[in-house]
Amino acid sequence: MRVSLTARAAIVSVALFLVFIGAWHLATRGTSATAAMSPEYAKLMGVTATQGKSAMPGPVDVGEKLWGHLKRPFYDNGPNDKGLGIQLGFSIARVLVGYLIAVAVALPLGFLVGMSPLMHKALDPFIQILKPISPLAWMPLALYTIKDSSVSAIFVIFICAIWPMLINTAFGVASVRKEWISVARTLEVGTFRRVFTVILPAAAPTILTGMRISIGIAWLVIVAAEMLVGGTGIGYFVWNEWNNLSITNVIIAILMIGLVGMAFDQVLARVTRLVTFPE
Amino acid sequence: MTDRLVPGVRHAAGTCTCCSPDPADRGLSCEPASSGPLSGGEQLLKTRIENTLLRAIIPRAETRRAFLRAVGGTTAAAALAEFFPVLTATDAFAQAAPLEKKKLAVGFIPITCATPIIMAAPLGFYAKQGLDVDVVKTAGWAVVRDKTMNKEYDAAHMLAPMPIAISMGLGSTAVPFTVPAIENINGQAICLSLKHKDRRDPKTWKGLKFAIPFDYSNHNYLLRYFLAEHGLDPDQDVQLRVIPPPDMVANLRADNVDGFLAPDNIVQRAVFDGIGYIHTLSKEIWDGHPCCAFAASQAFATEMPNTYAALLRGLIEASAYASKPANRKQIAEAIAPANYLNAPVTVLEQVLTGTYADGLGGVKSDPDRVTFDPFPWESFAVWILTQMKRWGQVKGDVDYAGIAKKVFLATDAAKAMAAAGLAPPTTTSKSFSVMGKPFDPSQPEAYLSSFKIKRA
Repeated sequence: MRVSLTARAAIVSVALFLVFIGAWHLATRGTSATAAMSPEYAKLMGVTATQGKSAMPGPVDVGEKLWGHLKRPFYDNGPNDKGLGIQLGFSIARVLVGYLIAVAVALPLGFLVGMSPLMHKALDPFIQILKPISPLAWMPLALYTIKDSSVSAIFVIFICAIWPMLINTAFGVASVRKEWISVARTLEVGTFRRVFTVILPAAAPTILTGMRISIGIAWLVIVAAEMLVGGTGIGYFVWNEWNNLSITNVIIAILMIGLVGMAFDQVLARVTRLVTFPE
Repeated sequence: MTDRLVPGVRHAAGTCTCCSPDPADRGLSCEPASSGPLSGGEQLLKTRIENTLLRAIIPRAETRRAFLRAVGGTTAAAALAEFFPVLTATDAFAQAAPLEKKKLAVGFIPITCATPIIMAAPLGFYAKQGLDVDVVKTAGWAVVRDKTMNKEYDAAHMLAPMPIAISMGLGSTAVPFTVPAIENINGQAICLSLKHKDRRDPKTWKGLKFAIPFDYSNHNYLLRYFLAEHGLDPDQDVQLRVIPPPDMVANLRADNVDGFLAPDNIVQRAVFDGIGYIHTLSKEIWDGHPCCAFAASQAFATEMPNTYAALLRGLIEASAYASKPANRKQIAEAIAPANYLNAPVTVLEQVLTGTYADGLGGVKSDPDRVTFDPFPWESFAVWILTQMKRWGQVKGDVDYAGIAKKVFLATDAAKAMAAAGLAPPTTTSKSFSVMGKPFDPSQPEAYLSSFKIKRA
């Protein structure tokens, strides 16, 4: 019987996952030698020191902890201790706000740059200089001028999400086939109508690719930004647990960050597929 | 909050016209105080209440002045006490007064130095003052500073030198900041990685990398002082690196640093996880040194005097509670959860009770490893300023006494301490010694020039 490609890929995926978990389990199972200590002293020490337990948690530890988080994702024990669900919610909200503002700015600006060779030449130096700046380098400046840490975090998302969208929009708009524009012009279609009925649909796949890259970057940046500013969000959660040297929780957070990032990406991939057209 | 009287200094009768632009407003405070059981701060408070009462009863300044001239201040006070129980009013002052703002945010760094600020939330010291305070965990000192300057926080846990630095505009724009209370004294330690467990002699530390929490910290000054006393130049012979306390243990484990002079619970956590050992408690460098401070902008103190006073009272009561060894275990449990320090209770207990593992297999006991005394001695600020100048953080002439008086609000602390039933000291300055070398706060420049290793 011939097994389909998808099924075979799934089998390989599962096998790889099991190998990974197994190796992880074996690597963290052992205990190293410990120095002899008096019971009185041992009582004051942690398990890493007394039993030589690896500081790296095994898959079982992580699984147990993860189950605990999944059972209570929305608890609220005060300003510094909230459930994983609430923290993710804060991060997603920040990313979406920053990202939507970036969309609102990048798309019109991208059309302008893409349609006007003059503006393209004039704005190019600014875009080229601002584009490679690490978003976190903006953080001190943002904190100083905006004087509000959560708005600063949103600003950082905005500033990092804007460039791929801007550049892709400009590129997409500029490379719409000249024949189509010429046809529109021959039919005496007005500028606005031309933008919305000819250029936008034609450039949409490129624009959405830019938007997809942007959301990925925005999600990468929020974690780092929240580790800096603190307060709420999944980045703060990672930082807080790192302080407590709780690698278990850090691993769980990493897993969650990956899952949410994938979800964002998949949503935009779907939308891209909707607007793609065969030529 | 604007006129700061020095507690314990009382004016003699007859000299009062020279000490105040309006003697009638000073009124009774110019009289010799009756020798009662009241401490300096309480006396001050009582005198203030009497003045206010007198002003309420006889609003016109001239009439009041004439009345005081006619009967004498002490008689007037006695007359007042006849039909108005001033002592009860003193208590009322310590409690009531409408709050301008009830919902406050106070920032902190997750270390045991912040114990009074943190524990006041779960143990209800803020609630008792009618305040609803969110204590907010923060990633590092620079962020605490920025968020407090941005007014996201109404007040915050800072390193004692930070409000001085902020007021002077070092490392930020100059904003007048104040320290109405010190949080903890002692409670820090030099911790070295276990791989250096045979390098006990500081003279052999050349080339090591040390972490300090912040440039403007007593950790920085104490570590530099300690190294310099052992003949090492802290700028040439070792590397000092700023790492926020919460990240220190992870950095020590990753071998990014060889050791640190850090706040507890960080040091004890390094021991707990078998990464480092305690080389020297900061108490052994300077017994009774201030570490962290409760800091607020001057604007907060003047715009919301009642809220500020209530917050300070809550904090000082918490400090008083924390200073009693019997309460320390309970406090350790209260501040251990993820919402506050997020640290194992065993670690906090070792820090707060002073019975601790030293990281080398020994159990040591020192009940004063960390303790809590809120009084912001002005001489503390003077010492900090000498070290700022010693290491080149400030240049030129420094108005030691002036800055100390403006930033370290000994008088406000005395008032709040009196209201909390504590006995505040009657002076605002004291001398002490660091590693056996005496410090005279009235001679900062001479002290500074007595050091061999310095940048000034």
